[in-house]
Amino acid sequence: MNIAVVVKQVPDLVEGLEIDASGKAIDPGSVRHILSESDDHALEEALLIKERVGGRIEVFSLDMGEVRENLVMALAKGADRAALVNAGLDSIPNNHAAAQVFASLLRNLTFDLILTGVRAIDDLDGSLGGLLAGYLNLPYVGLVRKVEFPATPRTVVVQKEYPGGYAAELEVQLPALLGIQAAEQPPRYVPISRLRQMMKAAIVEELLVPVPRPHPLEIERLFKPEEGIGASMLSGTPEVIARQMADLLVEHRLVR
Amino acid sequence: MGALHTSSIPEKPGVLFPEIASAEDKFRACIQCGVCSASCPMGGFMDYPPRKAVRMLLEGRFDEVVASNTPWLCVSCHTCATRCPSQLKISDGLFPALRAAVIASGKQLDQDLQKALQNAYLYGNPMAGSPNKRADWAKTTGIPVPIISQLRRPVDVLWIVECYPSFQPRGQAISRLLARILYKLGVDFAILGREERCIGDCEWMAGEQGLFEMLIERNIEILGKYKFNKILMTDPHSYRTLRNVYPSLGGRYNVEHYVKFLADRLGQLKPLLKKKLHTTVTYHDSCCLGRKTEHYDEPRALLQAIPGLKLVEMIQNRESALCCGGGGSTIYLDRFIQEHAKDRLADRRILQAAATGAHSIAVACPFEPSRFEDAVKVTGNEANLKVKDIIELLAESMELV
Amino acid sequence: MNKDVLVVSEHFKGRLNEITLELLGKGRELAQARGGRLGVILLGHGVRAFVAELGAADVVWLADHAQLQEFDPEAYGTIILSKLKELPSALVLLGSTSAGLDLLGSLSARGDFPCVDNCMRLEARDGRIVATSQLYGGKVFAEVALPEETTLVAVVPGSFPSEVGRISGSPEVQLLTPPELVSSRITFRTLIEPPAWDVDITKAAILVAVGRGIQNADNLALAEELAEALGGTVCASRPVIDQGWLPLTRQVGKSGMTVKPKLYLALGISGAPEHIEGMKQSEMIIAVNTDPNAPIFGMAHYGTTEDALELLPLLTEEIRAASLKKAS
Repeated sequence: MNIAVVVKQVPDLVEGLEIDASGKAIDPGSVRHILSESDDHALEEALLIKERVGGRIEVFSLDMGEVRENLVMALAKGADRAALVNAGLDSIPNNHAAAQVFASLLRNLTFDLILTGVRAIDDLDGSLGGLLAGYLNLPYVGLVRKVEFPATPRTVVVQKEYPGGYAAELEVQLPALLGIQAAEQPPRYVPISRLRQMMKAAIVEELLVPVPRPHPLEIERLFKPEEGIGASMLSGTPEVIARQMADLLVEHRLVR
Repeated sequence: MGALHTSSIPEKPGVLFPEIASAEDKFRACIQCGVCSASCPMGGFMDYPPRKAVRMLLEGRFDEVVASNTPWLCVSCHTCATRCPSQLKISDGLFPALRAAVIASGKQLDQDLQKALQNAYLYGNPMAGSPNKRADWAKTTGIPVPIISQLRRPVDVLWIVECYPSFQPRGQAISRLLARILYKLGVDFAILGREERCIGDCEWMAGEQGLFEMLIERNIEILGKYKFNKILMTDPHSYRTLRNVYPSLGGRYNVEHYVKFLADRLGQLKPLLKKKLHTTVTYHDSCCLGRKTEHYDEPRALLQAIPGLKLVEMIQNRESALCCGGGGSTIYLDRFIQEHAKDRLADRRILQAAATGAHSIAVACPFEPSRFEDAVKVTGNEANLKVKDIIELLAESMELV
Repeated sequence: MNKDVLVVSEHFKGRLNEITLELLGKGRELAQARGGRLGVILLGHGVRAFVAELGAADVVWLADHAQLQEFDPEAYGTIILSKLKELPSALVLLGSTSAGLDLLGSLSARGDFPCVDNCMRLEARDGRIVATSQLYGGKVFAEVALPEETTLVAVVPGSFPSEVGRISGSPEVQLLTPPELVSSRITFRTLIEPPAWDVDITKAAILVAVGRGIQNADNLALAEELAEALGGTVCASRPVIDQGWLPLTRQVGKSGMTVKPKLYLALGISGAPEHIEGMKQSEMIIAVNTDPNAPIFGMAHYGTTEDALELLPLLTEEIRAASLKKAS
C-alpha cells in the first residue's frame, strides 16, 4: 500500500495572531506555525494502515514555516520518506494554490491512497483534500474516522462521520483521497531523544514544482470579533458571581 | 534515618536512566527487605510493587514490569529511595527508566500526559500557556516585578517562578503575594519573564530524558546570560532538580527555596507580621521539599513566627509525610490513577489534616492548593478545613492581602 | 454574476436537513434583492415528496434514481457539476456539512469555480455579494467579495433562520437526466447507528456543558451536581468526548448533536466554531472561561472569566438555596 500524506502548517493559536497593517492578511511576524491537527491524524492513520497491511508512507508539505521539524517527526514515527515542496511561494498560499502545487507533484507519482486532514483552521477557500482530489480526478471522501481493507482488491472501506453520531460505511476504489477527521487512535508520541537524533541524521528532500496560478479570493478585510459585543461579563469574587448567576436564572424562571 | 539520606549528593542524570543491563549491577545491592513496598503509598495498586519490580529487573523480566500498570502509578514521593537500606534509586531511577522504556516501546501514552509532554516541548510548560504571557501574572501585582532582561544589570536574587505559579490562577495569586513580600523586605529581585522555561522535573520523572536534557540545555544557556547571586524558587520539584541535578550538566547555581530564603530573614520578617491570625494550622511536608531536600524546620519556623498561629502535626509528618499524589508527572495521570487505585492520596492526606482539628492545612508547593482543595470538597470538609500556601498566611499576617 | 442563486439541498433519513431551509431563506432573499431566480438541486430516491417543502424556490432540479438513494460524493458531484456548467453563472450555496464539504472542493477544482467555506454571513453590498467566514477557531473573520463567475459558498449550519426558508409550495420541477447509471468509484454499504441512547440531550431544557477547561474526569462530578440542582443534563464538547469522559450521545457540535435548550451553561469551553454550530440557537447562553478572548464570549449572553472549577460548587450552592427559597 503506497500512501502519500499531505500536511500543512497553520498558525498556532496558543501564541495568538494579529492582523497586519493592510487589514487583509495575518501578520506573519505575529505567528508561530504548527502542524494542522487533523493532518497529524492523517499521518497517524497512515501509520496504522502501514502496521496493518504493510506498505510505504511518503509525507509532503509546502516549504513554509517551521515545517522541517514536523517532517522529521513524521520520519521518526515511521514514515519512509519526507519532502518539502518548493513552489517559489513567499507566503502561505490559499488552499487552491496549495492543491495545485501538490497536484502537479502527485500527478506523476503512483499512490494507492492519499491522506490529508479533513480541515484546517485557515480553510477560507475550501479544504485542501477536496480540492486536491478534484485536480487529480480522484474519488474523495471526507470526515473519515476509520479505514479498512476488504477482500476485494483495489478497494478500501471507510467510515464517514455524519452528525448525531451516525456514520456511513462506503466502499471506495483505489486510488483515492481521504480527508481524515480522526485516526483510529490518538497520534502517537515521539520521544524527544529520538526526534533530536533524527534531526541530525534524517534526510528531508526538497522538490521543485512550478508556481501555481490559482484564482485568489478578494479579501475585503480580516477582523477580530468585537470584544464586549456578545456576553455581558459578570465580575467580582467567585461568591458574588455565583450569586449573580443564580439571580439571573431565577429571574428567567430557570430554577425549579 | 538521617545518615541514610542521599539527598545532599548531586544526582547524575546518566545514572538515573541506566541502560537497564548496567543498572542490574546497581540494583544487585537490593536485599529484598520490602521496606520500599511497605512504604509505597501506591504499592497496593501496582501489578508489581517496588520490591517485586526490582526482583524482576534482576531476573531479566523487566519487559513484564514495563508492560504492567506499575510504571505509571508511582507518584515520585521518594519514600522508597529515602528509606532503602541499600540506597537504591527506585523512585528516582528505576521508575523513570521504566517510563522511558514504555515511551520508547511506542505504546500509547495516557493522553493527558502526552499533551503535557508535547506542550512542555513546544511552549516550555505543560499547560500550553503562551510563553509570551508567562509573566502576565505580574501585571496586577501592584508593585514592580522586574524582568531581568530589561533590567540590564546584575541582580541579587533571580526568582524562577515556574509553570503552575505563572499560568494557573491560584498559583498566580500566590506569586503576586510573594512578589509583594519580597518587595516589602527590600529584596533586589527579578524574574525571567518570557525566557523562563520548565526546569524539567516532571519531564524527567515521566521518563522523557531527551526532553529533560533539552530543557536543561536551554535553561543553562538562558541563565548564563545573566548575573545574579542566588536563584529563588517557589516550586519544590524544580528546586530539587535545579539544586541536585543541573550541576552535573554544567548548571551550578546557588539555589534556595522560599521557605529557606524567608526563614533566613525571620529577624526582618517578624516585626512585619502584625496581624494575629488566631488559627490552628497543620503543615504538609511536600515530598521534594521534605524527603528530597530536608527542609522540615524552615517552614515550621515561618508558621510559628505568625502571631496567634498554633501549629499541630499530622500523624504522618516530616520524613514520613504522605504525598499529595501529584508528583513526577502524575499530576497529569489523575485519570489513569483513578482507574487503578481505590482511593486518592490527596483525600487520604486531607483526612489526616482534618483529624488534627486544624483550621487550615499549610503547603509550600504549587501543585497542592488545587489538589487539596478538590480533596477537601470530595471528603466533605469544606466547612472546617482551608488550604493555604505559607505565603498566603504570611501575607495575611503582613496585611498585604 | 448572473443574479441567480442555486441551493444544493441535503436530506437524511427521510427528512430535509435544516441547513437546506436556512439556505433557501437566505437564497431567496439574495435572489429577490438582485432580481434573479432561486433554484434548488435535489438528488435522491423517492424524494419527490420534498418538492412541496421547497416552495421558497422558483425551480427544483430533480434527479430521483435508485442509485442516488444514499449520498455518494462522486455520483452526486458528477450530476451537480454538469448542471453547474450548463447554467449561467450563479451563487451556489451548500451546507458546510459532512456531505457539503465532500462536494465543495471537488466541484470547485473540476469546474474551476472559486469557493468559500465557513461562511456565516452573506449580504448584497454595492452590487456585489460579500461573504463573511470565520477562521482560526473563531478568532478571526474574513470578508470576501465574491467574484462575478459561478462561486460556491459553504455555509455553517445555524447561520441563518430556517423558518424564513420553510415555505410550502409548488415550484417548477425540472428533471436532471443522469445517464442510466452515473459511474462512481464510491459505493454506499451501510449506515452505522449511534450507540444506544442514554439520554437525549436534544430534549433537555437545561444543559450544563463541559469542555477542556474541566481538566479531568473527576471534575465532571461538580458539573453533574449543578445539573442535578437545576434539573438539567450534562453534555460536552468534542474534546471531552474524545477523552472518553462522556459517551458520544452527550456530544454537542458539528459532528455531534445540535441543541436548542432554554439554558446552555458552557464551562471551560472556548467556543470553537464546530462546537458553537451545535448550540448557538440556545435561548440563554452563559459562558465560563478563564480566557477573556475565548470566542464563546462573542455569542454568549452572559459570561465570566472566573475559573469554572471554583465557581461550580458555589453556583450549585446558590441554586440549591434558591430552590429551597422557592419551595418555602
